[in-house]
Amino acid sequence: MSITTGVTSESDVRRDAAAHQESRGHRTMVLNMGPQHPSTHGVLRLLLELDGETIVKAAPDIGYLHTGIEKEFEVKNYQQGVTLTDRIDYLAPLSNNLTYCLAAEKLLGLEIPEHAQWTRVMLSEFTRLNSHLVWLATHAIDIGAMSVFLYCFREREEILRIFEMFSGQRMMTSYFRIGGLALPHPRGWQKRVKDFVDIFPSRIDEYEELLTGNRIWTGRTKGVGYISLEDMLELGVTGPMLRAAGLAIDVRKDAPYSSYEKFDFTVPTRTENDVFARYLLRIEEMRQSHRIIKQALEGMPSGSHQADAPGIVLPEREKMKTQMESLIYHFKIVTEGFRVPEGEVYQAVESPRGEVGCYMVSDGTQKPYRVHWRGPSFGNLQSIPKLIEGTLIADVIAALGSMDFVLGDTDR
Amino acid sequence: MIPESLLSNPTVAALADLATAAKFEFDELTVEIDAAKIAEALGRVKRDLKFERLTSVTGVDRFPAEPRFEIVYHLQSIANKARLRLKARVSGANPEIESASTVYRGAEWYERETFDLFGVRFLNHPNLTRIMMPEDWEGHPLRKDYPITGIRY
Repeated sequence: MSITTGVTSESDVRRDAAAHQESRGHRTMVLNMGPQHPSTHGVLRLLLELDGETIVKAAPDIGYLHTGIEKEFEVKNYQQGVTLTDRIDYLAPLSNNLTYCLAAEKLLGLEIPEHAQWTRVMLSEFTRLNSHLVWLATHAIDIGAMSVFLYCFREREEILRIFEMFSGQRMMTSYFRIGGLALPHPRGWQKRVKDFVDIFPSRIDEYEELLTGNRIWTGRTKGVGYISLEDMLELGVTGPMLRAAGLAIDVRKDAPYSSYEKFDFTVPTRTENDVFARYLLRIEEMRQSHRIIKQALEGMPSGSHQADAPGIVLPEREKMKTQMESLIYHFKIVTEGFRVPEGEVYQAVESPRGEVGCYMVSDGTQKPYRVHWRGPSFGNLQSIPKLIEGTLIADVIAALGSMDFVLGDTDR
Repeated sequence: MIPESLLSNPTVAALADLATAAKFEFDELTVEIDAAKIAEALGRVKRDLKFERLTSVTGVDRFPAEPRFEIVYHLQSIANKARLRLKARVSGANPEIESASTVYRGAEWYERETFDLFGVRFLNHPNLTRIMMPEDWEGHPLRKDYPITGIRY
């Protein structure tokens, strides 16, 4: 008798613990970690069966943050759906906006102007920095390095200000819309972004100075949280976890979207496959994101921020006052939305956590027939038992943190 | 019906005896498989066609049409940089299909989610319980006949 990966009832674990007691001749303990545990970053519940300090069995229990977003998509029209995507993975709203918009645009056959594509790339990379900074801050605080948190949030604040400048929102941006961007670029954005680009590399050096050579940090992270590459592929793990095991897999390179092919960047990999390797990998990813942002800032093409698609993209305010068609289109789009041709698409995007996918089914009406969201955290969390079984309980926090999951993304 | 133009596609050719339909739209290949043979098809896809990763399993409810449910498998081949969608249809009266978790272990949670939200049972699944909703929940929220506001008494 053994606990399978997804046991939800406590009685199953207790029954199992009792069975183990007979075979071992001494008692094992069942520990309930979460859902309100600060180091589970949300509401993850873990049932751990302990033999002394060693974990015999682990069973993650999710669903505490299930909000029925996939059902909600079916009663919103296409453009309204963008606002829901922000709330799925609340640390990477723009990556989610992008996934949803690309899927709908594929169905509509829309051509997005280069200016909007490059802006999307730039802001998606800012999202990656934002997410990695929150990850580093909380991961370090979990392991006991208090001050890193303050340093990371200093830069994160600057990124949130840039988001606010572009979209008017710090977190729930909804800045990418089907057909382009919600608003044209704000005045003075170049200076804001340039100031950030100039200072950021030295800030990454600061984090590294605090952590990379730190003996406590390396002691807590090196050789901890190993999981084989085969197991990860089998269990549906994506993103930095795979890259830290030596597999150079990245949707931005394998199937470029939104003109990522025009940017010069590398996909970093490590081979050690432990918590420390995942830390170094994400640090290197931040440097690469910085490179992309710099290229986007310097080479930003001019042009329209929205596609030339009357009937889908809202007309300019000025034209509505002088042109009958614009007024009609505006009325039609706002009151009933636009129709999307029948079909089904799957769009994958590399989010900070791995592959986020949007499977969109259209039946030719103004509302999506079905939207399935493949959140990277859901696949990653499935590997928890493999990751922590047999290790010490003190290492659970480090191993979990290195995975970088968001429960909103898992439960949707 | 498999269109003539797709018969030369190696993936479609390898699955031809199990497939009921195939289409290539929006640069994406979809092969419809007879629901009774889905495990065999997935095994072949993984072993012979090198689709190492199962990206997700989900459902689409075509209520009130029959067969009501489409079970959709998204697969990825890292070696060939290719993606594939397999689809199987199951009836609303008896929504049952063989589990993919014997082929891809990662299917386990995705199938639990599909079971939870659509009420499709996966045979030979190691632990087919609810994953999102509470254990004592009644109904399956993503079904089209389940009201958006929830069921009120």
